[in-house]
Amino acid sequence: MDYSQFLYMHEELSLLLVITILFVADLIMCPDKKSGRGVYNTCLPVVLLTLHTVLNLLPCAGDTATSAFGGMYQHTPMMTIVKSVLNVGTLVVFLMAHDWLRREENKVKQGEFYLLTLFTLLGMYFMISAGHFLMFFIGLELASIPLAGLVAFDKLRYESAEAGAKFILLALFSSALLLYGVSLLYGAAGTLYFDEFFSQLRPGLLSVLGMTFFVTGMGFKISLVPFHLWTADTYQGAPTVVTGYLSVVSKGAAAFVLLTVLYKVFALTPLFEAWNHGLFWIIILTITVANLFAIRQKNLKRFMAFSAISQAGYVILPVMGGTAQGMTALVYYLLVYMAANLGAFAVINVVEQRSGKINIDDYDGLYRTNPKLAFLMTLCLFSLAGIPPFAGFFSKFFGFMAAFNAGEHLLVFIALVNTVISLYYYLLIVKAMYIKTSDSPIATFKSDGYTRVALAVCLLGVVLLGIVGTVYNYIDTFSYA
Amino acid sequence: MEYTILILLLPFLSFLLLGIAGKWFSHRAAGLIGTCCLAVVTILSYMTAYDFFTMPRTAEGVIEAMPPVVNFTWLPFFAEGLKFEMGILLDPISVMMLIVISTVSFMVHIYSFGYMHGERGFQRYYAFLSLFTMSMLGLVVATNIFQMYLFWELVGVSSYLLIGFYYTSPAAIAASKKAFIVTRFADMFFLIGILIYGYYCGTFSFDFAGEARGFAAGGFMLPTALLLMFIGGAGKSAMFPLHIWLPDAMEGPTPVSALIHAATMVVAGVFQIARLFPLWIQYAPDTLHIVAWVGAFTAFYAASVACVQSDIKRVLAFSTISQIAFMMVALGVCTEITTGHEHPGSLGYMASMFHLFTHAMFKALLFLGAGCIIHAVHSNEMSAMGGLRKYMPITHITFLIACLAISGIPPFSGFFSKDEILTACFAYSPAMGWIMTAIAGMTAFYMFRLYYGIFWGTENKQLHAEHTPHEAPLTMTVPLMVLALITIFCGWALNFGSYVSADGRDYQIHLDWSVAGTSIVVAIVAIALATFIYARDKQPVADKLASQFSSLHKWAYHRFYMDEVYQFITHRIIFAHISKPIAWFDRHVVDGFFNFLAWGTNALGFEIRGLQSGSVQKYAFVFLLGALLLLFIMII
Repeated sequence: MDYSQFLYMHEELSLLLVITILFVADLIMCPDKKSGRGVYNTCLPVVLLTLHTVLNLLPCAGDTATSAFGGMYQHTPMMTIVKSVLNVGTLVVFLMAHDWLRREENKVKQGEFYLLTLFTLLGMYFMISAGHFLMFFIGLELASIPLAGLVAFDKLRYESAEAGAKFILLALFSSALLLYGVSLLYGAAGTLYFDEFFSQLRPGLLSVLGMTFFVTGMGFKISLVPFHLWTADTYQGAPTVVTGYLSVVSKGAAAFVLLTVLYKVFALTPLFEAWNHGLFWIIILTITVANLFAIRQKNLKRFMAFSAISQAGYVILPVMGGTAQGMTALVYYLLVYMAANLGAFAVINVVEQRSGKINIDDYDGLYRTNPKLAFLMTLCLFSLAGIPPFAGFFSKFFGFMAAFNAGEHLLVFIALVNTVISLYYYLLIVKAMYIKTSDSPIATFKSDGYTRVALAVCLLGVVLLGIVGTVYNYIDTFSYA
Repeated sequence: MEYTILILLLPFLSFLLLGIAGKWFSHRAAGLIGTCCLAVVTILSYMTAYDFFTMPRTAEGVIEAMPPVVNFTWLPFFAEGLKFEMGILLDPISVMMLIVISTVSFMVHIYSFGYMHGERGFQRYYAFLSLFTMSMLGLVVATNIFQMYLFWELVGVSSYLLIGFYYTSPAAIAASKKAFIVTRFADMFFLIGILIYGYYCGTFSFDFAGEARGFAAGGFMLPTALLLMFIGGAGKSAMFPLHIWLPDAMEGPTPVSALIHAATMVVAGVFQIARLFPLWIQYAPDTLHIVAWVGAFTAFYAASVACVQSDIKRVLAFSTISQIAFMMVALGVCTEITTGHEHPGSLGYMASMFHLFTHAMFKALLFLGAGCIIHAVHSNEMSAMGGLRKYMPITHITFLIACLAISGIPPFSGFFSKDEILTACFAYSPAMGWIMTAIAGMTAFYMFRLYYGIFWGTENKQLHAEHTPHEAPLTMTVPLMVLALITIFCGWALNFGSYVSADGRDYQIHLDWSVAGTSIVVAIVAIALATFIYARDKQPVADKLASQFSSLHKWAYHRFYMDEVYQFITHRIIFAHISKPIAWFDRHVVDGFFNFLAWGTNALGFEIRGLQSGSVQKYAFVFLLGALLLLFIMII
């Protein structure tokens, strides 16, 4: 066997190394029960993950599109970009988590948080780089089962436990459907390798059935309507940090994988028409229904859940038509969405940690007591709503343009109308923070250093990613269809 | 010449620093940061100019535009074709503008040290000045019309911010809003023009050489696009009837008026036409003459209003409008790109740029001088002045030099540039030539009326008793002296035509004595007339004229009621007959529809809330149902 193939997997291997180091560190440096001081601090995972991210971005031998292990593992430069985006997202989540993990009840579990999160990240890596349906499935499961543990992290809190249970049950359900779809696809093509699939596929009802169930399973991960029902309950119940992770990193990875599989496996077959048609309705439903629900929410985390569902519709909008431009737009959208959404979650998290408040009404008059946080939140919400000159405007613009160039004029129009609706509910929060006053506003507080770094990273992303047009062009140089 | 990117970056960084962290700086530190940045920018601009103009010319003796120093694609609209680039284009006119902007801006930065001393918001003032300078520099070095438009709007914003600098004064607020709205209204046409241009020509770039086919395809739409862009330029450059914002803009601090509303921003419209000149001259020469006539009318209108104003900054404002109109006329009378010395079909291009250059210097000088005077007597009204020459010798002499320059008296710079404009006008048509000569005479008249009103005539003893006028501090007088020196020398010592000309060849400026002689005589007669009427303590002739032609005087004093016309058109016609019905439609039909939509949305949301019941079994059921539905959609 040619062991040099492992070099192509250097990203996964280096992440595995990080996990191993953290695992050992967790064993050695367990918290001191007597003094009550956690020896294990946020610094170690943050530094390791930063190193890992930087190393992966450095140019190296595996920079060209290759496949290894007989086509089970595939790699393109675009995947490095996506994995790095996920890395940065996870890094921000780690920074945000510091304040929460320092709490008394979580001190003993700090190590578990990092390990579980990184294992899901590893699963996403495999999912992205898979060249075979089974490889892909293993990655998917690795990415979702530890997530249930994360959702139920505050296991003594009723909501958290309930959210975890709901998540694992429905995740299993969707995995089962997806696996069923894969088995049907095997029946239709006689192979599970992505590379061979399109040439051997026999078109017919069987293949459509298989693809439908496959898309359904991915729809669950990305939380597309009508497979989104778990989202609100889980997002609300899960610890805020985990919600941020779910809404950005986990969703982003799944969206990119959906795109690559659709492009790679189905785009060249007669099924192209079918999935384009199916996605059309899914996107319309996702954006519209999520907007309808978001307007009525009182709980901020639940609100962000519906906002995230609606954003998921925009994320997969550029997939329509299966163009290279669509891939660029999707990855760019993910990057921009990550900055804005994690920024918003960082604010929500730090407010929740300091005051325990999580309802939209609680944010009344936040500007008076915590002007900087309110301002940051506003910028993030503006970016989510797509107001220029923030990054969100550009990402929406490129997404719409990709879909428009693919001929989806009606879809772009509906998405545009929905952008206006979304602006309404994002502004509700801005209104609460700036215009409304409250008898018992959230008290003025100072955020911890890690949260500040997280917020600064997000702020930079929100402000610069759009204006610095080279980011889009850089991503564009790696995209393919 | 990669260092040119610093010319844009430095003022921007200074803006960010002073804008964000300004409150932690002392006044002195903030001013120093802004001024030092500008000093470096000025040095870099001069270096750029030196490097650029000493580059070898082509075999035909043409100075070629450099390929853009920096040019990156900012937003690609389509994979091929239209894209939005940002870069730095160096060619004779942009380098010339770099010199003008950085010099005047640097002088204004130094001057503001004294003028704005102790003002509240001193740091904010310098931050805005930096922002303006950055935007204006970005405008002139733009590689394409879209980048130009972007900086064009930024210039408008910084102008708005600076006019409204004294935000506690209602007049300043009103003026800033007026300036912004009027120029924005004009910019709307500019944008439409850009879009038409981009659509038909398939490019935004200023590189006109390789795109001939696209332009030909533009056909009739190309002149339309250019004309629309000119409307945008007319708004910024205060051409009639879009001039109404400029006199009001004088509510801003005087150094700002010198920088923005005299020397740089207001010539953006002229620069825009000069930038697109190859297109105008090749595809729309007839449309270009519209520009000439708009300019001629504006020049006359503004000059006649300037004759009767009593606020010295207003006089200067109208004189600025009139002088910019001269530049517009000069561009408008061009008929073709010609080479050689004897057939000046495109002499106007050079003349216009030359006048832009000289005018920027002496008009900035006039405004800064006016600033010193206002600083001394604490009033803008001529009635508060008179006899100031004894108190403010430096201001007096430099102001006089500028007045002589603008009147077209040799050897001051204005004479040379105005003479070229008049020559170009005579070459186009004698009528235009005589009209412009007459307006030049009016210019000399009202400038000397202003001069005598300020420095001669009766002293306002009552006012001066309370507060004796004094010469301004050195930070204010040094810029005056520098600008005065430039005004004295740059006319004859600088061979402007060899650097900037329509075809890029070396053009030797030579005086056509029949034109020059006439204009000198006219100017001297006008100055003599002004001396006769205004130089003495009592002004019986002026009073008599004013009473004899009282209605004309009143009309001119009220600027021919242009503001009232606007009020009438906007309030009585547009608001009453167009906006009101639209408002009704909006309130009842559009709002009604959206209220219905909102009600429907809410009701629907209420109805489908059952979906989100919290029961996992139900979720799984919906999930499966959704999968089957999707299957159904995919199969059909």
